[in-house]
Amino acid sequence: MAPIFQEIPISHFILLSCTLFCIGVFGVLFRRNAIVIFMSVELMLNSVNLLLVAFSAYHNDPAGQIFVFFVMAVAAAEVAVGLAIITLIYRRMRTVDIAQLRALRN
Amino acid sequence: MLAVVFYALAAATVALALLVILARNPVHSVLFLVLVFFGISAMYLLILDASFVGVVNIIVYAGAIMVLFLYVIMLMNLNQAAEPRHPRWYAWAVGGAAALLLLVLASTANLLLQRQGTPEAAPADIGTARTLGKILYTDYILPFEVASVLFLVAIIGAVVLGRKDAPPAEEETLTQNS
Repeated sequence: MAPIFQEIPISHFILLSCTLFCIGVFGVLFRRNAIVIFMSVELMLNSVNLLLVAFSAYHNDPAGQIFVFFVMAVAAAEVAVGLAIITLIYRRMRTVDIAQLRALRN
Repeated sequence: MLAVVFYALAAATVALALLVILARNPVHSVLFLVLVFFGISAMYLLILDASFVGVVNIIVYAGAIMVLFLYVIMLMNLNQAAEPRHPRWYAWAVGGAAALLLLVLASTANLLLQRQGTPEAAPADIGTARTLGKILYTDYILPFEVASVLFLVAIIGAVVLGRKDAPPAEEETLTQNS
């Protein structure tokens, strides 16, 4: 346990991370712009990273920070492919409003 | 002293995250998200002593990924507030659901935390590039290589998807040849 956790309890890190995650969930459900939804997903990934690093410091275990690297790598790959797909959708439909993307319905 | 920094950073990060969601202009959303990432990186660097992860977070997230987002938004010319809004009851319903999720997540995590005791105090020096590099290239070498394969797949996927009207052209040539 790093000395910082005598000053700030780990539960406050949990609360902050959960708050950021829920803001991300709210963004995914509330927004209609596909790119902003994507950004909300990034926000959720970052909140999880924050909690991983906090617990890595709490338990003195570097494995948590290694895991953060892999989360970042997956996020970068996901952004590259996801934005390519969004660009493709925009090229076809001229919109990124998810309420108007009904091609798969029926 | 560090506690004050933590709570100030936490409040700023949460406020900026809300602005990301509520800003009507996608470009403003991207810029607020960059600031959120800077806040989280500052937390890594100043409070959690995770210097390497903090720097990588700035380079990868605030640098590379957000530039990609900004580039795509500019490419699509979406830099004006043109998004129609959901009705008000929908916003309240979604907000209530998210608040409920927050309640469940935080209480569950705290419950689990109480079950296990606090770990012993030890000198913390785990966030440096030296420690992380040693572990990454010994214990975690297999996931590291798998991640490189994942990147290769992502590169090929992005290039194939980004090719100019690739799928219809391929289908046409196939049907013409057969």
